[in-house]
Amino acid sequence: MDMGSFAQQFAQQLINGISLGSIYALIALGYTMIYGIIKLINFAHGDIYMLGAYMGFVATTMLGLSFVPALIFAMVAAGIAGIIIERVAYRPMRNAPRIAILITAIGVSFFLEYGMILIATPQPRTFPPIFEATIYKFYGLIVNSQQILILVISLVLMAGLTYIVNKTKVGKAMRAVSFDADAARLMGINIDRIISMTFALGSSLAAAAGVLVGVYYNSIDPLMGMMPGLKAFIAAVLGGIGIIPGAMLGGVIMGIVEAMVSGFFSSTFRDAAAFGILILILLYRPSGILGKNIKEKV
Amino acid sequence: MNSIKKHDLATLGACAVLFAIVQTLLFVDFIGPFWELNIILILINVILSVSLNLINGYTGQFSIGHAGFLAVGAYTGAIITVKLGLPFELALVVGTLSSALLGFLIGLPTLRLNGDYLAIATLGLGEIIRICILNIEYVGGASGLMGIPRFTTFAWAFWITIFVIFVIKNFKNSAPGRCCLAIRENEIAAETMGIDTTKYKVMAFTIGAGFAGTAGVLFAHYFYIAHPASFTFMRSFDILTMVVLGGLGSMTGAITGAVLLTAISAALAEYPEWRMVIYSLTLIILMINRPQGLFGSKELSLKMFGLGGSHNGRATESK
Repeated sequence: MDMGSFAQQFAQQLINGISLGSIYALIALGYTMIYGIIKLINFAHGDIYMLGAYMGFVATTMLGLSFVPALIFAMVAAGIAGIIIERVAYRPMRNAPRIAILITAIGVSFFLEYGMILIATPQPRTFPPIFEATIYKFYGLIVNSQQILILVISLVLMAGLTYIVNKTKVGKAMRAVSFDADAARLMGINIDRIISMTFALGSSLAAAAGVLVGVYYNSIDPLMGMMPGLKAFIAAVLGGIGIIPGAMLGGVIMGIVEAMVSGFFSSTFRDAAAFGILILILLYRPSGILGKNIKEKV
Repeated sequence: MNSIKKHDLATLGACAVLFAIVQTLLFVDFIGPFWELNIILILINVILSVSLNLINGYTGQFSIGHAGFLAVGAYTGAIITVKLGLPFELALVVGTLSSALLGFLIGLPTLRLNGDYLAIATLGLGEIIRICILNIEYVGGASGLMGIPRFTTFAWAFWITIFVIFVIKNFKNSAPGRCCLAIRENEIAAETMGIDTTKYKVMAFTIGAGFAGTAGVLFAHYFYIAHPASFTFMRSFDILTMVVLGGLGSMTGAITGAVLLTAISAALAEYPEWRMVIYSLTLIILMINRPQGLFGSKELSLKMFGLGGSHNGRATESK
């Protein structure tokens, strides 16, 4: 491979990686927010993403909505699902050992996956082509209009989230609860309501990612959330779990690394690369790229 | 000391009776092939959950990569019998040792981490093991290693399970075992007392990983095949669920968890589409109502029911 075609291949994989990475980033944001606020690795989050994809499917095929209304429909539906899951499965366990909540999260994940198989059969479904793919070529690089769509929607949503978290009263309360829940309660913050809000926000972002993936790959199935969920989680750890810009950065890095590994080596090692990054980051910088090292006090 | 031996002998005798009953029932075909398969599966799951309990329950190190060690045992064992044509006994030994060795190598760097980070790291390592196996053509790659002879019998599985339970029980009551318990209770305090925490954490991890390997050898030699899809992180979650459901840090809890979940799963086999939904709902409801697991960290014993109080409280010892 000469230099020119290498650079071209590199740029092409970079484009693919960024669009894949923004999907991971959207899912990772939910992981990181939920972890930040109740210290729970919400293993069911990947399945919320699947649920979002199916909601988008329902909205476009059965309700005949166009892209943007379908996206909003899926986000709202998944947000409500997130609130219900938190209310039913996690809230009764607020004071339980953390490992017990983790097992509950795994249970919820199974429930969503196999409940969806029960309702929608395990067969993959073809997502309707609600957003036509136009291919743009410049300097030999191929950019799909859907990739641009993914990037734009992700950026808009991330900007919206950043605004909510940093500028609104609810966002301020979220940050307060994640910093010190007891102190926040003393200041008159309704913790349960804030946790519900966090689940709603995180779940709707995952649902948006689900719809975008449905549009991009044209196929959805009930178990589609397992691997991306795990990888988005790695992305959250990579950026520093509990840190919102970290999740975005981690997601994009994960996407780029995966695209590079599939482009230059072999796609069978793609997942191994993701986990390899995880191990390295955990061994050398467990608090993540943007995380601060906090000394444990005795 | 004498009473401990007596008690152990009595338990061993009870095990022998149980073994004789089940073996007879199998022999006269009272238990059909479906339940025979599930009995073997229960025994394998008991080995897995008891060995994971050593790491998660006794030492307090949150590991969720147990399926990786199961896979290493299954594949190493299968290589010994299928590729090299050596006896099953050797496969058991080599499968166990190679898994333990890997556990040692993985444990040394990762056990510096704690809590959630260790959990994620072990989850990742378990997946890396699986993906590596997936890419090795020598062991069949993605289609799995086929044509493994069925050497695992009820007798093998039963006595190995009893052996593993005894080893882990005695380990817990030994000096290193006490160190592990101290690490679980408070790592910093344990270190201050002069316990080499890394050494004992790695020791528990190695033993746990080794026995998971043993379970792997039994597994591969019962189901004729070692397939990468059997060793995903979902399998690790399964084992973790058994341990936590039974009660983290309770040997009898781990055994009960394994028996209960495998049996529920088998009983629901007739309703394949409802099976996982009911399974997951059971899990959620049980965890919400008993977050500490069925037995907490206590051990189940006859004394609990007001029977046979002659054990001097050994078996009921709480943490």
